[in-house]
Amino acid sequence: MSDKEIKNLEAIFEARIDRDEKIEPKDWMPEKYRQTHIRQISQHAHSEIVGMLPEGNWITRAPSLRRKAALLAKVQDEAGHGLYLYSAAETLGISRNELYEQLHSGKAKYSSIFNYPTISWADIGAIGWLVDGAAIINQVALCTTSFGPYARAMVRICKEESFHQRQGYEIMLTLCKGTAEQKAMAQDALNRWWWPSLMMFGPRDEESPHTAQSMKWKLKRKTNDELRQQFVDQTIPQADILGITVPDPNLKWNEAKGQYDFGEIDWDEFWQVVKGHGPCNKERMEARVGAWEEGTWVRDAAMVYAEKQANKKVAQAS
Amino acid sequence: MKKDWPLWEVFVRSKNGLEHRHFGSLHAADAEMALENARDVYTRRNEGVSIWVVESKYITASNPADNGELFEPAKDKVYRHPTFYHLPDEVKHM
Amino acid sequence: MEKEHLYQYIVGIADNNLVLGQRLGELCGHGPSLETDIALTNIALDLFGQTRSYYQYAAQLSAQHQTEDDVAFLRKEREYRNVLLVEQPNTHFGHVIARQFLFDVFHYLFLEQLLHSKDDTLAAIAAKAIKEVSYHKRFSSDWVKRLGDGTEESHQKMQEGISNLWRYTNELFEMTAYENEAVKAGIGIALSELKQNYYKEVNHILEEATLSVPESPYFQKGGKEGIHTEHMGYLLADLQYMQRTYPNMNW
Repeated sequence: MSDKEIKNLEAIFEARIDRDEKIEPKDWMPEKYRQTHIRQISQHAHSEIVGMLPEGNWITRAPSLRRKAALLAKVQDEAGHGLYLYSAAETLGISRNELYEQLHSGKAKYSSIFNYPTISWADIGAIGWLVDGAAIINQVALCTTSFGPYARAMVRICKEESFHQRQGYEIMLTLCKGTAEQKAMAQDALNRWWWPSLMMFGPRDEESPHTAQSMKWKLKRKTNDELRQQFVDQTIPQADILGITVPDPNLKWNEAKGQYDFGEIDWDEFWQVVKGHGPCNKERMEARVGAWEEGTWVRDAAMVYAEKQANKKVAQAS
Repeated sequence: MKKDWPLWEVFVRSKNGLEHRHFGSLHAADAEMALENARDVYTRRNEGVSIWVVESKYITASNPADNGELFEPAKDKVYRHPTFYHLPDEVKHM
Repeated sequence: MEKEHLYQYIVGIADNNLVLGQRLGELCGHGPSLETDIALTNIALDLFGQTRSYYQYAAQLSAQHQTEDDVAFLRKEREYRNVLLVEQPNTHFGHVIARQFLFDVFHYLFLEQLLHSKDDTLAAIAAKAIKEVSYHKRFSSDWVKRLGDGTEESHQKMQEGISNLWRYTNELFEMTAYENEAVKAGIGIALSELKQNYYKEVNHILEEATLSVPESPYFQKGGKEGIHTEHMGYLLADLQYMQRTYPNMNW
């Protein structure tokens, strides 16, 4: 194809997205669109399955049978959501195993929030409330993104995730209505998870070079800072109901703007974790790579067995 | 030996009377495992009463580049639709 | 049947589910594929659901106004009466599948009889559980065959799982005093009557999976009398951690 032809196809392509038409896997698409989507969808998928680990850490220690079942179901949902997202990425011509290799080699990123440790039961509440709360803000916007398989996966995920944030908030509420020790546990979790949750929305707008392109392709509907503001505004009243406070001395209501002003994120910490040096980056990767490598003989056996069975059927038929 | 579990497409009938609808895909070594995985992955919330699975490689898909010749000719055949025919208002139930 | 004895009988059934569910819960996020992870978690959720029904019923019968969580979390090791089989660790996937399979076959035969219990609540729990367990058995049998008749390595690992856990199978059919009493009352199951069918079914699947049936005549028992293997204390340390560290609180 000549450059001119490609330019022409690109113009038609962009016009389709502007008209809110969905792009489907076999449609012609610019190489950059394909690559950007593989990157973003797989990052999202990796985040789901790495995200199973910090919460999975508390399945055996959940304090009641009801909480245990809910947590187990939630972590299982995350496996399901990872699976939906890997499938969406696979429609773009890359296999799940290739995506795993990118994760295991450190080439692919996942959400940094999961590199923080879960050291108390209240952390399970805080993750559901704050981390899922932040994730939902991003995910709801993605239900109308331009790439069909991604949008469909997000619709299913949003529907299923609606219980996740509620179960987290309910854990926090129970703690805050409990003994002083329980309430202190909730406050401690909020202290540790608040800033990492704000970091989930990514760098400040002026340091987020891909925003314009992502907006055009509807991979983003609002900027990082807009979403972060929305999160703060909706979360503070929820903290008030719990009766615990976010660890930010600069937080105050700005009457004129009708929103909260809040303090500055520790960007050094942000970049340190993104670059792989957070508290648990190493442990998370070891757990994922370990599960994959230990599972090799199981996956291989299933394939060999399937072939043997297929051959038997052929032999019986002839 | 190093072969990966192939990809399967999953179709679920959510209740009797409705058609099977494409729900998504998954990996499995054989058809039996694909059915079980589909049950475990796609009907966790009581979404189905029947499941079909088919290995993705057996699906033949039309090429979007052919959409012009495949689908556009049907667009102007308005006489295939009931609203094309004008009848007086007095005629009921037709 | 005396209430206290019925309570003990029910708890004896439920502990198997609790402990096996706990073991499967450890695996969540660490399985050989996303699909298997999801499947094993479904089994764990079924087991916890069943165990809650049993414990809720037991709690109603207890004299001390207990809740399901009191029963599940606040006993001493000697008071848990699950069979030794279900507390064995997730050494590798061959063990996980062997443990599941050896329990599922028993669990199904057991529920088939519990359906006819004179105790309506137990019969109702069995009616719901048997559909779930029927699927568990199908899942684990399929995997026994896949691994047994897969590669050389998987054959060896699956055989290792079966051979190691075989010594715990006989305990499934041991009768405690409470169980004998429950049988007399028409509530409980005479376990020895399940034994023949159990080994027949297990051996049939093992044969199909090209695995050999272990021949050792030496078996282990004790779990049903509260005498467990060394693994149990650690399992309970995890399970009870919150309830023991922060007693008498709501979660």
